[in-house]
Amino acid sequence: MNSILQYALYVLILVAVSIPLGIYMSKVMDGEKTVVSRILGPVERGIYRLLRIDPEEDMGWKKYLAAALLFNLFGFIVLLLILLFQGRLPWNPQGAEGLSWHLAFNTAASFVTNTNWQAYSGEVTLSNFSQAIGLTVQNFISAASGIAVLWCLIRGLTRVKQNGVGNFWQDLTRCTLYILIPICLVTTVVLTQQGVPQSLGGNKYVDLVEPIAADAEGNYLPDAEIDRNAGTVTVDGQVVEDAQIITRQVLPLYPQASQVSMKQLGTNGGGVLGNNSAHPFENPTILTNLIEMVFLLVIAVGLCFSFGRSITKRGISKGMKQGVAIFTAMFLMMLVALWIGAVQEQNATPVLAQNGLVDTSLGNMEGKETRFGTVTSNTWAVWTTCASNGSVNSMHDSYTPLGGMIPILLMMLGEVVFGGVGCGLYGMIGFVILTVFIAGLMVGRTPEYLGKKIEPREMRMAVLLCLATPIAILVGSGIATLLPGTVESLNNAGAHGLSEVLYAYASGGGNNGSAFAGFNANTPFLNTSIGLVMFFARFVPMTATIVIAGSMAAKKRVAESAGTLSTCNGMFVFLLILIVLIIGALSFFPALSLGPIAEYTQMILG
Amino acid sequence: MKKTIFRALGLVLVMTVLCGFVYTLVCTGINQLLFPHQANGSVIEIDGKTYGSELLAQQFTKPEHLWGRPMNLDLTSFTDETGNAAMYAWASNKSPAGAEENELVQARVEALLEADPTMAGTPIPVDLVTVSGSGLDPEISPEAAAYQVHRIAQARDMSEEAVQEVINRYTTGRWLGVFGEPRVNVLKVNLALDGILTGEG
Repeated sequence: MNSILQYALYVLILVAVSIPLGIYMSKVMDGEKTVVSRILGPVERGIYRLLRIDPEEDMGWKKYLAAALLFNLFGFIVLLLILLFQGRLPWNPQGAEGLSWHLAFNTAASFVTNTNWQAYSGEVTLSNFSQAIGLTVQNFISAASGIAVLWCLIRGLTRVKQNGVGNFWQDLTRCTLYILIPICLVTTVVLTQQGVPQSLGGNKYVDLVEPIAADAEGNYLPDAEIDRNAGTVTVDGQVVEDAQIITRQVLPLYPQASQVSMKQLGTNGGGVLGNNSAHPFENPTILTNLIEMVFLLVIAVGLCFSFGRSITKRGISKGMKQGVAIFTAMFLMMLVALWIGAVQEQNATPVLAQNGLVDTSLGNMEGKETRFGTVTSNTWAVWTTCASNGSVNSMHDSYTPLGGMIPILLMMLGEVVFGGVGCGLYGMIGFVILTVFIAGLMVGRTPEYLGKKIEPREMRMAVLLCLATPIAILVGSGIATLLPGTVESLNNAGAHGLSEVLYAYASGGGNNGSAFAGFNANTPFLNTSIGLVMFFARFVPMTATIVIAGSMAAKKRVAESAGTLSTCNGMFVFLLILIVLIIGALSFFPALSLGPIAEYTQMILG
Repeated sequence: MKKTIFRALGLVLVMTVLCGFVYTLVCTGINQLLFPHQANGSVIEIDGKTYGSELLAQQFTKPEHLWGRPMNLDLTSFTDETGNAAMYAWASNKSPAGAEENELVQARVEALLEADPTMAGTPIPVDLVTVSGSGLDPEISPEAAAYQVHRIAQARDMSEEAVQEVINRYTTGRWLGVFGEPRVNVLKVNLALDGILTGEG
């Protein structure tokens, strides 16, 4: 009973917070005055003066595209340089050295594309500088880039016979200043109050209550007798040569709280620490978890309502209904995913039950934290893969076969069940265009969306938008499974091993960033190929969206007639879900049946 | 085009200053001032000696201590300022339907039964035989703590009620009665049993 109540409340809280935020975002991006305008207005204008930006300039789609791509390119170069040379940069009490070229390429690509796939563990690899100045900055601006491009599309869909689609510099600056920074500042203070560290001092070492014995290579000696005075370790009456007595534990301290709040809010997901928000130093209490978990989706859900408000203001009739229709389609898919995952994780597995020797009433607890249990962990797993966030509060690699298939599937659908901030909604609008076209053909009506005719140029771009993710995932994982070296990266044998490879490329191709984390992705081939997959899956759809925006803005708006297919009723929501499932699920059914479904079958057949 | 290139690079640098340096330093300043204990790792320090962090697990194997989640120890990645290895831990990332997990769980079940054979008839709570998500989960379920009361009481020559009373002191219920799961902080219970920690949870 409690679990149903928890699930219901989590979903309710999410929607309740998203609606006002969505309206606020709409106001900010459309340039209306808000509560923070007075304080941050001068900062915004100062940035424009410094860079000689004319905020009144209305860019054509080509210029908008060039600005977005160049901005991301420079962001990539700066981050790449920071990671390669972190050993010579300040703020490095960790003594971290520069990353290998392929890991630096992968990580820079990953954070610039809002993926935040991590082929490393932060606490053994990165300095304060790389975390705070490298990664955190990309957490802000890659998220802001996505939201900016969404607004470019909103303008394109609603403008009539115009060339301009807005001003990238202004969209990016407003989003960062008025939306992301204020929310994160407040959140950071709450997170630290609850126990998330915020320190530039580097790792701290504290004493253990029970010392631990290890051999010279650092292998743990389980049944050792430790004599601390003599400094000897005895196993089965034999003194172990060169044994180590370990008396302290490391506390990995970074400016965690400030980075964690942003990686949650911007559908980034790249943790300060390897085990991400499962680690008590990123997510120590239920309150921090509630905030971080709602942040996974709050902007993406809110943007559906921003979309509704912003198109209404620009003269689209039933504008809010259009936003709500998209929201409903996404919301229903999320509920189904939650339900399937919930049942699987609660049921655990025969391996855990050990013929009744183990009481599995708490569910599958492998890879899960006690404070979160299966309900809170599963909610997070579904939300983080609905959103292209990718942070985790439990280890997806240790999910039950079908419980772990849900996150893979959500990523494979192209990250459009809310998806990444901005890019999730523009990805879904690509599916809307596709649906309008297909449905229009079936019933013999003119394909139109928001009063704009859908013509071959937009269709080509919409197809590109929808197929970029499946192509990136299938080509990438297909090549990887053919290479013999990939097997050495696996952490689990058999069908689950294939799931690990699939997950890695689905995560890159969905710009998600979560992982079946046992998989060792830090090899030259995997780093490079997953890096390229992330670039492809981010910038192909982004470009297609800006092209659509440009071509739509130039069109006239046709009046609604009896022949117009409604895009905001229940029938359309149903068709939209159907198209998303057909394209996503059918592309991947063969691969999934060899991975998670095969493992499930093995499990129930014993 | 030249102007666009200049502005793109310029905006990246401005954002680096704003979202990197200014944001991080302001947050660090505020939090170090307001919450120095939490901002620096929630270290338990009593009379000048440290006993770990209240948020991170330690490995306990002595019969008189409460045991936490099984740990996947890493004793090689970190060395302290004196050059000695320091303990850290990770998740297992094993499939809960796999053969490897089967062996690991079997071994953990055997170890628990060996530590206290009188509990043979009671099913073991699942969190005592599975590695956590962080690898450093500082807590276990109240059921997992109760399972160990008999062993601890015997090893310490205490009454089971007294042991359970200490456990109850460091047990936290669901947040607002609804969210998350009930749990027991293992390190705090052990420090209290050892007479080092006194007072509330």
